[in-house]
Amino acid sequence: MTTNTKAVAVIGVVLVIGLIAPHTGSFGVLLITRALVLAILAMSLDILLGFTGLPSLGQAAYLGIGAYLTAILATKYNFGLGSSFWLVIISGCAIGAATAAVFGLLAIRATGVYFLMITLALGQCVWGLAYRWNSVTGGDNGINLPGRPEFGIRLADDVTYFYVVFCFFVASLAMLHVLVRSPFGRSLEGIREREIRMRILGYNTWLHKYIAFIIAGAFGGLAGVLWAHANGHVSPEDLVLTTSVDALLMVVLGGSGTLVGGAIGAAVVVFLREYLSTLVPWWQYALGGVYILIILYLPGGVMSIPVRIRQWRTGPGSPMRKNVALAPH
Amino acid sequence: MDTRFWLIQIFNGISYGALLFLVGSGLSLIFGVMRIINLSHGAFFLLGGYVALSVIWTSGSWVLAIPVAALAVAVLGLVMERIFLRPLGSDPLRQVLLTVGFAFVFQQAALDIWGGDNLDIIPPSSLTQSFVIGGLYLPGYRVFMIGIAAVIGITLWLLMEKTRMGAAIRATVDDAPMARGVGIDTSRISMFIFALGALLAALGGVIGGAFLGIYPGLDFQMLPIAFAVVIIGGMGSLGGAAIGAILVGLADNFGKALFPEISYFTLYAPMALILAARPTGLFGRE
Repeated sequence: MTTNTKAVAVIGVVLVIGLIAPHTGSFGVLLITRALVLAILAMSLDILLGFTGLPSLGQAAYLGIGAYLTAILATKYNFGLGSSFWLVIISGCAIGAATAAVFGLLAIRATGVYFLMITLALGQCVWGLAYRWNSVTGGDNGINLPGRPEFGIRLADDVTYFYVVFCFFVASLAMLHVLVRSPFGRSLEGIREREIRMRILGYNTWLHKYIAFIIAGAFGGLAGVLWAHANGHVSPEDLVLTTSVDALLMVVLGGSGTLVGGAIGAAVVVFLREYLSTLVPWWQYALGGVYILIILYLPGGVMSIPVRIRQWRTGPGSPMRKNVALAPH
Repeated sequence: MDTRFWLIQIFNGISYGALLFLVGSGLSLIFGVMRIINLSHGAFFLLGGYVALSVIWTSGSWVLAIPVAALAVAVLGLVMERIFLRPLGSDPLRQVLLTVGFAFVFQQAALDIWGGDNLDIIPPSSLTQSFVIGGLYLPGYRVFMIGIAAVIGITLWLLMEKTRMGAAIRATVDDAPMARGVGIDTSRISMFIFALGALLAALGGVIGGAFLGIYPGLDFQMLPIAFAVVIIGGMGSLGGAAIGAILVGLADNFGKALFPEISYFTLYAPMALILAARPTGLFGRE
């Protein structure tokens, strides 16, 4: 597929989701809303993992911080339930970015396994506060939100809220797409492929990675605000280690370094965790199985399937190679 | 707060640290030798506890449950390493996600086999008596935990320092390509270490099951704490794991007693800072 047909395909699929989702029943629309929120989180992680080669094991922290900010503002200060919702959106991005700016100072220097470990530790710091800091976060019970905002339009209606999240998803996808196609995005890819070479070429690779880390944090915070209102409830469960790991799986499952891959992965994970689990008791076998099979047999993710098919049809030894690098060096 | 409060807290912290040593030492060895972040380590811990329960239910013997559970989980780890991890190559991200996949599968299997209730491993009554030393009540089981961790620690230390196998393991931790170059079969070392790590985690599950209970979700609760032990102590070093375990055990106990609201933060923030300043941990091998 050329870049143009790819873009048309993505826009087509997105439009179809926008048209079909409202007719999938109350449970369906809720699931699709959640999948879109997690897709924003997964795309934010893809900026780090797929484009910069930084596998973060703590991305759920930003989701959690955005979600708790929303819940605390709404319950303690009665803020963000009218048109001030937009201010909450902005502050969600800001607090995500600010947290990432602090965490990045510690994490960016590390690479490979050590980057995984340090982001795990930082994610656990945030989880620990959410879990134990009862006076602020409500501890284990979390916080119930009083309801969704209302400003002319009533977001309490699930379909309306779906459209809001849908718009944020499309905007995030577009912004991140522009970002990765920009010279800045290209230099991130250069860092992923060979950091030392970029440094020799005169790039300040630390600063590039740091900025990518902050941008990822900002989108993570945005996802958090939307997540809080999607569920009407925030709890430490939202930012446990498994959520961060799920986000990594989403990116790898869809195809890292593709942005939309993260959205596909989010759809699959939400389907398994929240839909299949209502149907069968053995859904975790399916979830674990997907992890194992993808890692073993499809390391390039769903988005690499067309390339794989073409490779298979043109036979081995063809000069075409997959351009999605999973392994950061 | 008088001295007795402090003494009791120190004792509790060290005995919890003894349990953490069992879990953390295995994780640390696996990381040191294979550079794998094993996210199924918590599942090994949980499965150890569950298998022990089954043995106790069928044979009534707690003493028998310890080796059976430890060996069963060790075999599981061995199979996992041979069939799945070995062929995977060295990409840390793929290894992490693969071990998570297994953690979920094990979680479901445990739920199917043993159900979702909170179960308890009941040790023999001779171990659950309390001692009174200098006016302090010391629960016997906690003393036993410290004892068994010390025995395991010394055994591991002898294995690592005094045997040929141990020398080969240390060489692999320090420089795997060089170890291969002088004829050490690092693939077999990895297999052995992964099985040993699983064994130690399962042992922790049996010993800790009497103390924490055995329930679904315990696996992912233990996992990050075990990583804190490994990171603070240093990866791939036994002495480091022991010191890390005691530090984390004490920090956890004092954190919960003195400033409960930020007690987990005070555990993981030092972990992040140590990683940032000295990635190999306080006592890790370079």
